Amino acid sequence: MSTQIPQPSQAAPDTTRIHNIGYRSYDGPRLGRAYARRSLFSQSLRGAYGLGRSAKSKVLPMLLAGVMCAPALIIVAVAVATQQTKLSIEYTQYAIYLQVVIGIFLASQAPQSVSRDLRFRTVPLYFSRPIERADYVLAKYGAMASALFILTAVPLLIMWIGSMLAKMDFAEQTKMFGQGLVSVALLSLLFGGIGLVMAALTPRRGFGVAAVIGVLTISYGAVSTLMGIAYVTENAGAIKWLGLFSPITLIDGVQNAFLGAPSMFPELGGPGAGFGVVYLLVVLALIAGSYGILMRRYRKVGL
Amino acid sequence: MIATESLSKRFPRVTALDRLSLDIGPGVTGLVGANGAGKSTMIKILLGLSPATEGHAEVLGLDVRTSGPQIRERVGYMPEHDCLPPDVSATEFVVHMARMSGLPPTAARERTADTLRHVGLYEERYRPIGGYSTGMKQRVKLAQALVHDPKLVLLDEPTNGLDPVGRDEMLGLIRRIWTDFGISVLVTSHLLGELERTCDHVVVIDGGRLLRSSSTSDFTRTTTTLAVEVTDSDEHPDGTAALRTALTAAGVTLHPGVEEGLPGAGHILLLEAEGEETYDLVRDTVAGLGLGLVRMEQRRHHIAEVFRPEAAEASTPHEEVPAR
Repeated sequence: MSTQIPQPSQAAPDTTRIHNIGYRSYDGPRLGRAYARRSLFSQSLRGAYGLGRSAKSKVLPMLLAGVMCAPALIIVAVAVATQQTKLSIEYTQYAIYLQVVIGIFLASQAPQSVSRDLRFRTVPLYFSRPIERADYVLAKYGAMASALFILTAVPLLIMWIGSMLAKMDFAEQTKMFGQGLVSVALLSLLFGGIGLVMAALTPRRGFGVAAVIGVLTISYGAVSTLMGIAYVTENAGAIKWLGLFSPITLIDGVQNAFLGAPSMFPELGGPGAGFGVVYLLVVLALIAGSYGILMRRYRKVGL
Repeated sequence: MIATESLSKRFPRVTALDRLSLDIGPGVTGLVGANGAGKSTMIKILLGLSPATEGHAEVLGLDVRTSGPQIRERVGYMPEHDCLPPDVSATEFVVHMARMSGLPPTAARERTADTLRHVGLYEERYRPIGGYSTGMKQRVKLAQALVHDPKLVLLDEPTNGLDPVGRDEMLGLIRRIWTDFGISVLVTSHLLGELERTCDHVVVIDGGRLLRSSSTSDFTRTTTTLAVEVTDSDEHPDGTAALRTALTAAGVTLHPGVEEGLPGAGHILLLEAEGEETYDLVRDTVAGLGLGLVRMEQRRHHIAEVFRPEAAEASTPHEEVPAR
């Protein structure tokens, strides 16, 4: 690269020169870490529903949100029209019935949230800014759990509004609605954590989707099959242990024990309040574990 | 801007940085070294992302060990590798990155528009990045490092993968970051030639050790090499040889054929230029012989020549160090 005309190397800039390119420096506020974390949270939460992304990426999450709300609307419509005194589905059961929809939502959006940053190696750009690893993980985890919470809580809200329209008992409905919200909040944290861990382990989006679907359906399939066998062989003691091995039965067990929900377990299989503590502890351990694994994961990929 | 004192970074099997002491002032500074010389490790430590094994480092007067977030708020970083998601536009991406640096939403938008214009992206900034050329992607990477108006930017191999024209444009842009924007630059490269045109100061490291740190003019000042090419004429069938004889007689120091391997090297004379008068002498001699002067150009001593013998010595005791 030496074929240039003789030219002295430039020394320090001549500050008296006037440049018309108009570079303006920035003297405004710099809002720091907490603001950056909030920005990442809201960007990720909006991204989970395809907002701020291409039109194509809005289709699936919006469709799933619609599918999620449709049964609630039908239940409410029927309840109002026929003057029922009780909704035909319990608040706490709603997410369990629609677990497939939640699973698909998680499988499609968790990789979108974290695999992209890994695959396109955007992560170093985040870590070269004021935020720390914990901020990144918290923002991503919080956003995913919030997205799931919105997905699962909105139908419950529809049901509660419907129950009021149908003039059902306010205190009873509100209590059950509250229990339902606690249940889906726990579910959102648990599923969000599992989904992000699966997705963060691979930079390939496709693998992430498959891994999330795989973990959710295989664990549920295996657990319910084994529960069926245990029930047929009258090995009732085993059922409550088996429930610990799939995310959805864990949530089912917790809400059966503490939130007054009927269990989906085979007859008499619900863990009951005593053993329910074990369920709750396992759920909390999984949530904490997901956070821990994500923190470990990003220690490796920072820069 | 940057000061390090016996900074070392050891990994279980390799030493990436070995008691490196540096003092880098404002301006454009080049950090030169072969692949694995410790450049990327150095940048990681300066951003406060990787603790040094021993020693001390300060950026903008802040200790990297304790003030990482504050440093990263006022420093921009452009990584060597691809780091852009293909499915968003440059504008959206840079706005997001500006907010990640702490700029409020409106300021982030304004600064993004300004910065993208300064790096030379216009209408295409609304299209998804996936469709950009390598040169445009490099500009986006540079823009995200500048968008929060840092005091210092760390550019890791910014000319990687660019064609000669793109490379020149990028180097010009880097120069402007300092002269026009007033932002100090630390730029790494393994190509020494490009740094001598861009930087005020060059730091050469190898195997994690400091080989040399001085201003670019020091590297290139001592002597200047002139390359001269002439035509042949009927009178002098070998014009080059004739000129060689004539110049030697006039007392000019000629280099032996240094540039072997290059096409046409046999027709190029390399000589020491001691001052203005050498240029006149060459011109007059060529005219006197009745030859055509095809070119006469300055070949500065490349930084490579300055440190190559030392580098060969210093690099022997070290294993190859992975860059990341």
